Amino acid sequence: MSVATERETWVGSAIPRIEDEALLRGEGRFMDDIDPARNAGHAAVLRSPLAHARIVRLDASAALDHPGVVGVLTGADVAAMSRPFPVGVEDAPPYYAAAHDVARYAGEPLAVVVARDRYTAEDAVELIKVEYEPLEPVLDPEAGEIVSDRSFSYGEPDAAFAAADLVVTGRFAFPRWTACPVECYGVAADWNEATGVLTAWANFQGPFTLHSVAAAALGLRGSKLRLITPPNSGGSFGTKATVYVYVVLIGLASRKLGMPVRWTEDRLEHLAGSSAATARVTGVEAAFAADGELLALRYDALEDVGAYIRAPEPASLYRMHGALTGAYRARHVAVRNRVALTNRCPTGLNRGFGGPQLYMALERTMAIAAGRLGLDPAELARRNLIAADDFPYRTPSGGLYDSGDYEGCLDDVLELSGYEARREKQRDARRNGRLYGIGLACCVEPSISNMGYVTLALTAEERAAGLPKSGNAEGATVAVSPLGGVTVLVGTTPQGQGHATVAAQVVADALGVGPEEVEVLTAVDTSTSAWTVSSGSYSSRFSGVGAGAVHLAAQKLRAKIAAIREYHGDESLSLRRVAGIAHWHTEALPPGMEPGLHETAFCAAPNLGAPDEEDRVAASAVHGFIADVAVVEVDRATGRVAVLDYTTVHDAGRLLNPLIADGQVRGDVAHGAGAALFERVVYDEDGNLLTGTFMDYLCPTAPDLPPLRIGHRETPSPFTPLGAKGLGEGGTMSVPVAIANAVADALGVEEVEVPLTPARVWELLPE
Amino acid sequence: MKPAAFRYERPESVEEAVATLAEHGDEARVLAGGQSLVPMLNMRLARPSVVVDVNRLPLGDVTRENGSWRVGATVLQADPRLAEIPLLAECIPYVGHFVTRNRGTVGGSIAHADAAAELPLVLAALRGSVVTSTGRTIPAAEFFVTHFTTALEPGELLVETVWPAAEAGLRYAFEEFALRRGDFALCAAAAVAGPNELRVVVGSVADRPTPIDVDPARPGASAAEQVEPWGTLHASPGYLRQLVRVLVDRVVERVA
Amino acid sequence: MIEVTVNGRRYREQVEPRLLLSDFLRHTLGLTGTHVGCEHGVCGACTVRLDGVAVRSCLVLAVQADGAEIQTVEGLVWGPLQEAFRANHALQCGFCTPGILLAASDLLDRGGPPTREEIVDLLSGHLCRCTGYEPIVRAIAQAAEAR
Repeated sequence: MSVATERETWVGSAIPRIEDEALLRGEGRFMDDIDPARNAGHAAVLRSPLAHARIVRLDASAALDHPGVVGVLTGADVAAMSRPFPVGVEDAPPYYAAAHDVARYAGEPLAVVVARDRYTAEDAVELIKVEYEPLEPVLDPEAGEIVSDRSFSYGEPDAAFAAADLVVTGRFAFPRWTACPVECYGVAADWNEATGVLTAWANFQGPFTLHSVAAAALGLRGSKLRLITPPNSGGSFGTKATVYVYVVLIGLASRKLGMPVRWTEDRLEHLAGSSAATARVTGVEAAFAADGELLALRYDALEDVGAYIRAPEPASLYRMHGALTGAYRARHVAVRNRVALTNRCPTGLNRGFGGPQLYMALERTMAIAAGRLGLDPAELARRNLIAADDFPYRTPSGGLYDSGDYEGCLDDVLELSGYEARREKQRDARRNGRLYGIGLACCVEPSISNMGYVTLALTAEERAAGLPKSGNAEGATVAVSPLGGVTVLVGTTPQGQGHATVAAQVVADALGVGPEEVEVLTAVDTSTSAWTVSSGSYSSRFSGVGAGAVHLAAQKLRAKIAAIREYHGDESLSLRRVAGIAHWHTEALPPGMEPGLHETAFCAAPNLGAPDEEDRVAASAVHGFIADVAVVEVDRATGRVAVLDYTTVHDAGRLLNPLIADGQVRGDVAHGAGAALFERVVYDEDGNLLTGTFMDYLCPTAPDLPPLRIGHRETPSPFTPLGAKGLGEGGTMSVPVAIANAVADALGVEEVEVPLTPARVWELLPE
Repeated sequence: MKPAAFRYERPESVEEAVATLAEHGDEARVLAGGQSLVPMLNMRLARPSVVVDVNRLPLGDVTRENGSWRVGATVLQADPRLAEIPLLAECIPYVGHFVTRNRGTVGGSIAHADAAAELPLVLAALRGSVVTSTGRTIPAAEFFVTHFTTALEPGELLVETVWPAAEAGLRYAFEEFALRRGDFALCAAAAVAGPNELRVVVGSVADRPTPIDVDPARPGASAAEQVEPWGTLHASPGYLRQLVRVLVDRVVERVA
Repeated sequence: MIEVTVNGRRYREQVEPRLLLSDFLRHTLGLTGTHVGCEHGVCGACTVRLDGVAVRSCLVLAVQADGAEIQTVEGLVWGPLQEAFRANHALQCGFCTPGILLAASDLLDRGGPPTREEIVDLLSGHLCRCTGYEPIVRAIAQAAEAR
């Protein structure tokens, strides 16, 4: 048995991961690696080539005749065999797993061919004859159908604007982009007609609210949809939340054909038909006092969710609702949120989820205001940051910021980035005609989403008519086996975030074993796991409630073990001996104690009530903070933006494993840099997807990323069992606007729009 | 994304390869490194009935002859013997990536004739040529006809490319602008200069390598006036014209 | 019918001409350590070593590998390279990792140690969405030192 000698606790140690050996040996078990349903047919999907078209006729007879084809599921079948997916707005156009009457985006599934192998299935897809009547596509959200239009007001914004010395107005766009993991979607489905149970395997990441959505579409009680995730997932960053649509599609194929069916999405399918972040245009009005105090904000957001609004949308628009004032003390906010449909792939979770769009608007506004006020942006931020002794801090829209030292982080980033020296260097560079810019971003990073925040899309009256939703909880089980081995189960379905290692660290501390002695399983089986509707990995919830649940279960077990030791009068009784008693010699247990060593706990994040009658909601349970400084130089000749230096200081509360935490920050910054400089999902005016392969959808590679300096400050959260806050999304929120601010600073312009590709920046250059 | 079905032929001799190509005409595609063809097969953008794998043909030699380098069709882009060829050696690090150069061939890239590719541009700038299975020698200026289209006749195989060797008194320069390392160029330029000549060719802004009649007093500006770039997803025509200006100025300055 | 040696073991299999080497390795031979991310040669996840040289297995037809020796991630001997990946947290989800390991082992086998610039250049042909690449650069550099 290992004992922690040099360190105080395993939690907080930068130990290498226990996941790595298997992955480095190529022994991961990703969705396409497992063979859970023997003799499964292989599916290929027929997808609409047109952005908007009536499907006049679909004739699959030639496909059915093709050798090796087992069967075809059409859009008509899907309409007959399932119900529209439930979603959180009233009067949404019905959305099915495949289109039947009308195709609404290029790439929308129309039919599924199942064959002996994928090659054959693709051959047969080409034999399906479809007659289309093209319809006019709508690509401009201003012209799109509005499926939700809600306005909110907190405090007295009108009065604040009337009293303002300076009003800054602007319009800020954030493009559609996609976090695009290297592994695509994968589903295997096995419908059992006798039991009425659909067993489906998919690299689903949660939230498991979407399990209920899928079950509802299939007309199944939740217990009849057994959803199982594979041991490994090759990245998700939000995109694998909406694989539930394909669970339904492939599940229906299995039901119709009476055999298991599996489908592995290819990259062209992923770029066309999976998910993406919402594109948003936000009008901002910001009221300032002469000394730079931010008094009030008005937002007017138009959100493009694609061809259908599908669950969990419009969550992208409401995820940040508790943090509309960002890191600042402003008390007056007015918001209008409109959700529009356009003929594009439906949107969903994507790293940062609503944060990049919000901070592009807010932090650009702050940078512009600083310029107008003649203040350095860091000084303007300093004058507005919520003070360290103001926590817990209630925002005007109902958010509850648990803890923080925002000014401390700002000081850190200014020091770490050498801000003063950089400004000096900038003055020099400008004298020599160089376009050298520095940009700042201060962002509150929410984590652990309130399951109720998306009900803000409904009015208070509409909400009152239904069941309230609130909270976020996770379940974990810790068990000691008859021979003394420790096993942990936690339903967070990680895709690389190292949950197994951190869970092992938590349990190691609780039970006095070494982390390498702890077996951790992070896959979910909805029939056997201790899961909740909020289970999964999203909104950076693991370190709070995931590790929290592990901690609580481990503490329960620790108490039981201690009680057994005390009963036997021997505190040094080994874990193996204790297991021997609890399993093999139950008569020797303390009277009234249940046998076995198996504890389950659910950890609920506190303070996550449903929205109140005034439309206030604590949309997230805990809040980290990020302060970033970006230094850029723009090449006058080509418009290329070189990010010379990037410094980010994070406060994510207590860091459970600094090695993993830094890894998350690096990946986060990389995604943010991708959105800032390269990535945009582009459709032409006919709705054809132009970024349909990796030749055109450009993800940054190693030479493209800036040198990165990372600093940390830890203000523990009072709201999570381990004091940890989520991290891993903040960079995607802060990096695009920090770089945009730097480019705007370099060029001396106010209007900049990401991605800041060379061609676009060149157009902005002063003549 | 899986290819549509095809027959696979792997001839052992050039004669056999040519006979197979002649037999199947348009229905056959030559497979060399596969770094360009196989993605097209996988996306079903190319649907040949027959794929003719030329990798085992004896076309892997690099020889120096009469002031030129003769490079067999299947010589790999990663082949160290290419290091002595001016401009070619300089552009190779821009051609795809380490791993793709382990498989991609010089001949394949030339025959594929992607307007945004580096090797066709350099062959044109050096005034090299292509030797075919019928014994023709086609100068670069005539070889590249338009996008993905060359002067090869149906059934004719590219067997060798000829690259003029470095001449004393000549200076060479290559420049490229791409969004990411290894991407196809948004714009590229190559220059060869000597006491009495200045040759500049630009790539990627037209359907084939485009020679430019530069005004040495204002090389980039004069080059920009001679091109009519089509915009792409990532660059407007005006921006591409700017890149021409910048890159031609750079290469001309470097060979001055 | 093709005959191919993979990780030192000889296989004889009947294959369709259009079967990709990536699918042959994963589904015919059951060696699922080689991953598929794009099938158009950009992401690098499918990289294996064919006759010693790193190649995209999604761009090679299985028939082309007749008579060849292939090394996949399962055939890599555990050593300083993998240790360095672990020590530097150079993998998170692990999906892109096998392809990078094979490409890196090719680079390291060519002599060196490679410069940082050469390592970064190697990685330009590999897509990773998790790590931000820097830990991978450090891991390969560390492994090179150990040789």
